[in-house]
Amino acid sequence: MAEITLRVNGSTRELDTDPRTSLLDLLRERLGLTGTKKGCDHGQCGACTVLIDGRRANACLALAVACDGVEVTTVEGLGDEPYPLRTAFVERDAFQCGYCTPGQLCSAAGMLAERGPSAVTPDLTGDDPPLTPEEIRERMSGNLCRCGAYVNIVAAIQEAAR
Amino acid sequence: MKLFEYSRAADAREALERFRPGTMYLGGGTNLVDLMRLGVARPDSLVDVTRLPYDTIDTDDGGGLRIGAAVRNSDLAAHPAVRERYPMLARAVLSGASGQVRNMATTAGNLLQRTRCPYFQDVSRPCNKRRPASGCPAIPGDHENLAIFGHSEHCVATHPSDMAVALAALGAQVHVTGPAGDRVVPIPGLHRLPGAAPERDTVLVPGELITAVVLPPPPPGRSHYRKVRERASFAFALVSVAAVLDVDEASGTVRDCRLALGGVAHAPWRAERAEAALRGAPATEEEFIRAAEAELAEARPLPRNAYKVPLARNLIVRTLQELVR
Repeated sequence: MAEITLRVNGSTRELDTDPRTSLLDLLRERLGLTGTKKGCDHGQCGACTVLIDGRRANACLALAVACDGVEVTTVEGLGDEPYPLRTAFVERDAFQCGYCTPGQLCSAAGMLAERGPSAVTPDLTGDDPPLTPEEIRERMSGNLCRCGAYVNIVAAIQEAAR
Repeated sequence: MKLFEYSRAADAREALERFRPGTMYLGGGTNLVDLMRLGVARPDSLVDVTRLPYDTIDTDDGGGLRIGAAVRNSDLAAHPAVRERYPMLARAVLSGASGQVRNMATTAGNLLQRTRCPYFQDVSRPCNKRRPASGCPAIPGDHENLAIFGHSEHCVATHPSDMAVALAALGAQVHVTGPAGDRVVPIPGLHRLPGAAPERDTVLVPGELITAVVLPPPPPGRSHYRKVRERASFAFALVSVAAVLDVDEASGTVRDCRLALGGVAHAPWRAERAEAALRGAPATEEEFIRAAEAELAEARPLPRNAYKVPLARNLIVRTLQELVR
């Protein structure tokens, strides 16, 4: 076991952890933060997306022991109501079953804070290329939605970004 | 997952001191943690090297750029000097993985990631790379996405990195420290072809640690990275190409050309035959086709990946055409 200290949604948490425990399992099983979802557990679906030091990351691929000293934000800590992304997801009907939604929200929050181009940006030199639907689709490709709510997810993110 | 010891090194000396047989260095973990969960990687101990002081991108004395081994892929692609001076590298990095994975993955970890061959990742199946001398079921089996160049009777795996393909075209140098001292390994040259030892992906020896990737000054001419995959994003390359083309405007002939292919071999594949065919030739579609075919004449496709031969040919031609437009 190893002792680690994390800041989770603004609170300092000191924990003993097995080195094998992922950040995802630590959040869900030890801290009771079950908003963060386990989908594939292989970094391919994005359901476990959280913000680590403000940057979106797959909590299933992070060993909790390696996260000592970092700041983690989960869907529970994203922002006070009314939170524009959450409101836009509701108003735009951007989900069906809702399982991927916490990961979509955290990923979108991280993405909207990122600077620079994506793989589909024609001009690499600009820091803030226009957030077109094509850009949102590319930047959100790490989050799968098996209900196929993509059209409304893109619309919701575009609305929240305005 | 097998139990392991975890420790964090503050500098390279400490990392090397802690390295024992059975130790692996941990970067962003986006591949290694997954392989441990699958039972493919079974280290006795992990030495976390993400907090070593190798997280900056600096101008190199030689006029190029020095990229620290722990620089995250997203920071590499977003860096103004990379975007302006090495746009092909920025494109290659941005075309790999997802936003989340790029935020976690490191420069060195990207180079040292393992193949995504389905048999390598499935511990219930034989695989010469995972368990030497157990056999290669990919050769008679599912090899649609695997190698057409440089493979052996022991292994037909491909190297999955996009970044490494751009680095191969740029002629990057990988700086390494290890138990026997420091050395510099070029790309191509870092990654091996499988031969009779597919368990060894690279020429690095146990305990060696990548500290930086150094880019030479940008080559003259224009460059581009193009990638073909099974879906529009977040998928590995079926074939990719990194191309640099320098055309003499007055005569319309090719002064220099660098071409590297991804998704086709156990290493980023520098297309030297195509490059040689193009140097001094007119920068025309006919010559681009001739050069691509000179390279692909050496391909040895398997029954279910022969589609990669025309795909690579067309991708090379299309990319070069875009660079003269």
